[in-house]
Order: sequence, then C-alpha cells, then structure tokens
Amino acid sequence: MKNRIDGAFKKEKKLLSIYFSAGHPNLNDTSYIIKKLELSKVDMIEIGLPFSDPIADGPTIQKSSSKALKNGMSTEILFKQIENIRKEIKIPLIVMGYLNPIMQYGIKKFCKKCEIVGIDGLIIPDLPVDVYNDEYKFLFEKHGLYNMFLITPQTSPERIRFIDKVSKGFIYMVSSASVTGAKSDFNKKQIDYFSRIKSMKLKTPVIVGFGISNFKTFKTATKYTNGAIIGSAFINYIEKNGIQKINNFIKDILNE
Amino acid sequence: MNYNIDKKGYYGNFGGAFIPEMLYPNVTELKKNYLKIISEKDFQKEFNDLLEKYVGRPTPLYFAKRLSKKYNAKIYLKREDLCHTGAHKINNTIGQILLAKKLGKNRIIAETGAGQHGVATATVCALMGIECIVYMGELDIKRQAPNVARMKMLGAKVIAAKSGSKTLKDATNEAIRDWINNPVDTHYIIGSVVGPHPYPDMVARFQSVISEEIKTQLKETEGRDYPDYLIACVGGGSNAAGLYYHYLNDFRVRIIAVEAAGKGIDSGESAATSALGKEGIIHGSKTLLMQTIDGQITEPYSISAGLDYPGVGPLHAHLYRSKRAEFISIPDQEAMDWGLTLSQMEGIIPAIETAHAFAILESKQFKPNDILIFNCSGRGDKDLETFINYFKL
Repeated sequence: MKNRIDGAFKKEKKLLSIYFSAGHPNLNDTSYIIKKLELSKVDMIEIGLPFSDPIADGPTIQKSSSKALKNGMSTEILFKQIENIRKEIKIPLIVMGYLNPIMQYGIKKFCKKCEIVGIDGLIIPDLPVDVYNDEYKFLFEKHGLYNMFLITPQTSPERIRFIDKVSKGFIYMVSSASVTGAKSDFNKKQIDYFSRIKSMKLKTPVIVGFGISNFKTFKTATKYTNGAIIGSAFINYIEKNGIQKINNFIKDILNE
Repeated sequence: MNYNIDKKGYYGNFGGAFIPEMLYPNVTELKKNYLKIISEKDFQKEFNDLLEKYVGRPTPLYFAKRLSKKYNAKIYLKREDLCHTGAHKINNTIGQILLAKKLGKNRIIAETGAGQHGVATATVCALMGIECIVYMGELDIKRQAPNVARMKMLGAKVIAAKSGSKTLKDATNEAIRDWINNPVDTHYIIGSVVGPHPYPDMVARFQSVISEEIKTQLKETEGRDYPDYLIACVGGGSNAAGLYYHYLNDFRVRIIAVEAAGKGIDSGESAATSALGKEGIIHGSKTLLMQTIDGQITEPYSISAGLDYPGVGPLHAHLYRSKRAEFISIPDQEAMDWGLTLSQMEGIIPAIETAHAFAILESKQFKPNDILIFNCSGRGDKDLETFINYFKL
C-alpha cells in the first residue's frame, strides 16, 4: 500500500499540518480534533504522544503534554482512539513522540500496532539518524512507516544532504535554533536560512515548523517550502476557545 | 569484559547520544574535540595547576583508626569533602570550564539539584570571568537557600525550573532547552556522568583524578596500589566514577555502589535506580531509569537532594548489569544515623549523600586485612538544616 504522506505532497497547494497533544484538553478529544481538522481542509496531522520530559518542547507543548498525562493518556489509549476513527479519515496521520515511551511499549509491537491502526509515519525527535538506520529502519519499512528527520539552522550542508538521502515522506525543517513555540514573525536570518535550504533543491519535500502561528508566518514560510506545521499556536487556541471552533483557526491561517 | 567507553559512546548496552537534531552540532563539536583538548599539554598543565592551587589537591587519603577498629578492617577515606566548595564536583567544573574556553564559548549553563554542582560551576565561572546561568528546580531553590545565596554571591544567575516536579530532573530539562536555544556561544556543564555521549566519559575523566591519587597514596601507606573494596554513593554517579575509574578493569578490586533507598525500596518513595529502574532514555542517554510501565519518567525520592535522580550514569548501569559492582541501597534513616556516627567517631561531618556509603558497614562483612576505601565525597555544611530538623539538635 502507498503511504498517504506521499499522496499529500502530490497536491498543488502548500501543505498545512497541525500538531496537537493527544488527550488534551480532554482525554477523549483526540478523535473529534482529528475529524474537525480534516473537515477544515488540513492536509496532515501530527498527533503528539505525550511524554513526561519533552526536552525539545517549549512551555505550551510541555503543558499540554503534562495535562494529557494527568488526563490518563497512554500509548494504548492513543492507538484505540486512532483505530476507531481511521476509517473516516483520509489524510495522513503521524505520531510525534519521544523514544522512551515507544521503547517501553516495545519497538516491534509499536510499529506493528501503528500499521494496524493506520499511522503513516513517525517523528521521534530524540531518535538520532544513525541509530534509526542501524536498529529501526528495517522494522519501520516492514510496517510501511515513514520516519521523518529534523534539520535546523545549525545543520551542516553535508548532513542535510545525508538526511535528504535517507529520508522518506518529508524533512522537518526547524525554523530557528529553539524549542517549539509560537512566534509572531521571522527575522532576516531565518529567511536567509529558508532560501538557503530551498536552493539546495532536496529530493525530499520540506515542511517548516516551530514558530508558525498565523497567516503571515504560514505564508512567508511556505514561499520556501512545501508546507508548514503549526503546533503551539493551535494548542493555545483550543485552550482558549475550545475545540468546537477549530475551523475558525484554520480559516485564519489559510486566509479563507 | 572491558569497562571503558567504546568508540560509539557506549558502556556495554548503555550510553549513546539520544538527542534531538537541534543539539547535534553542539554535541558533535564536543565529541570531536574533548579527547584532543584534554590531552594537550597546556590544558593538562592549567588543569593540574588549578586542581593543586585552587581546589587544594591532592586530597588526603585518611586512615580512619576508630572506624577500622570497630568494623575490623582497614578503612580509608578519600577526603573529597576537603576540596574547595566542599565536594568533588569542582574537579569536573574546572575541567569543563577550561574546555569551554578552548572551544571559544562565552556563556555557561548548568543544572543543579542540591546546589553543589551549581556552586562549583558558579565558582569556576567567577574564576574565569564567564557568564553563568544555573537552572534549579523551584522546589530545590526553596529547600537549599544557602547554596542559592552562594551562587548569587559568585555572580551566577539562578533560574527556577518550574516545569514537571520542579526538581533536578526538570532543571536538567530546562538546561537542555536553553542549550537548544543557544547553540553557538554556550557550553553546558553537566554535573554528573549522565547525559549524551561524550558527557559521561568526559566527566568521568575529570573525576578520575580521585583514583589516580589513590594509586600513589595507597602505595605509600600500604605498599600496594590497589584496595580490596571501593565504596561510593551513587546518584548520577560522578564521585563513584572518579573513585572507580583506574580500577574498573582491575578485578582484584571489588566495587560497591550505594544508592538511596529513601523511605524503602517498596515504599514508592525511593531513588534506588538499580533496583527500581528499567532500561530507557533519560537526558540523552540509554541507561536504567525509574519510570512507569508507559515509559513516563517517575519522581525519585531521597532525603539527600544529590541522590534524588531517577536515572543513573550509563557506566553504572553497565557495572550493575554485568555484576562488576555490587549495588546496595540504604534508607534515609540509616544514612542520617551515619551522619552522626562519622561526625562523632572521626570528627568529620559528611554530606547526607556521602553518609549513605558508610552505612554499608553495618551489614556487610569484611576480613581484618581488607583495605576499604570510601569516597568521602562531600561535607555536611549544606545539610545542617536537615540534620537540625531530623535530630532536633
């Protein structure tokens, strides 16, 4: 079977991907949020598997993760929630989580379960590329899963080429040297970095994340990339406005 | 079996560098340079000079007469408590600050639990005139006011870690996030043999001066350069790593690691990682750590803030798993009692962390000619308030 992530990049438009922490604001909001996002024409969803110690995340996602854990979120519950709605959802679903909970679930069992419930790929920030290649790649491929890697402004051109070579699905371009979090605009250094990456003409599509929060940042960032990911700004929105009005948030981003 | 780190940064199955891509350039820069820089002549000279004239090394290897008589063995104390700032921690911060300078860094960050590593870091930053930021759990800031004041006097900025449980684990998370946000000019001085490779090896090397000195000192007093037993407390495990370092592959020497049982291993309030932990990833390292069945890292507990860590350095995980070291855990009460015993039998008030190690004398049997070396890793000044409250002094 073809991976849905590849399908998402076949469209002409710039891709919008939304991240949220599974089990937040409430334990059983996961499927409702996924449905609403697809209805609002979001192209891809990253579902955060919460972790007690998310070292690459800023305050917003730390808070939503820890709230989700307090709500009783677990790997097993997340799989059940996704399994129940996968049939209705056509867009790619990606699980983003740290390595330790995945290791404890059992990496083989985890990959197998992802395939069964219809997960298309994974983003595991603390799983380094070399460890993935040596120990995990075989399993991921066996279960039709893509594993996406990150690049940052400090990543050397050689390493970007290497990551491009081993990547499937997309490359997650971190917009600045920072943890996750919403920002209102990009500076010149970031724009230079975006255009430097664009000029490398990588074979793998590039999506930018970290610091995308509104129509302006989405539009600017996607001038140089195939799409953008919004996390913290979305989580802040649903914290404040609830999950019923998700379509308003997306409309604003796409300026519809 | 070999107990040195391998080329990929592992001790057996443990170690490695499980870091987000954002930290890859920083960690790679360290990995590529640390061995080269440490072995350079001018680095060695400056490091040894500072250890001698600033830290006060070599620290004595003291024969504890009364203890030896009572427990019927030859008991020595390696007096790391006599180091400047009151514990072994400064051996590592001196090494890392010199390394940071060589790498051209002009901003230092550190995490601290009880504040000992924070003070040792603030001290060397003052010495070198480099900006210093120390992350400390909000709860620990309240519990360890004197050390917070010391860091401030030394010119460091103390930032409260308000995430999670607001203790050492979270202070470490915050320091890592700071490093992600400041990847170019900042060096992160980790305080123990934890974190991604090359930190566990680098910190162990800086602490290895402890066992290096013992070799010479013991030869002078006992005519042989190895003991029968080495005994140290283990939180993250840096004082223990320094004590064991030159004897790791000398199997005549038996190694004992003492963890904090807190209120008891099965009480739910403990920091005995070897007994309670499972293999996992914490702060960029694959090691043993205390966690839920779902892989969420759990809160440790010990009356001593320095042993209050849910993981253990990868070297120690390997020593435990391969049975090279015997791991013993000591509850709060026994450690506190030994705080008094050591004070009144040898006139040395130990840190509560250190007191844990001595408590094994109650249960463990030794032969009269056995040479035991305890790492007297820190002094008890910082724990006075805890002692006062506990013993109603």
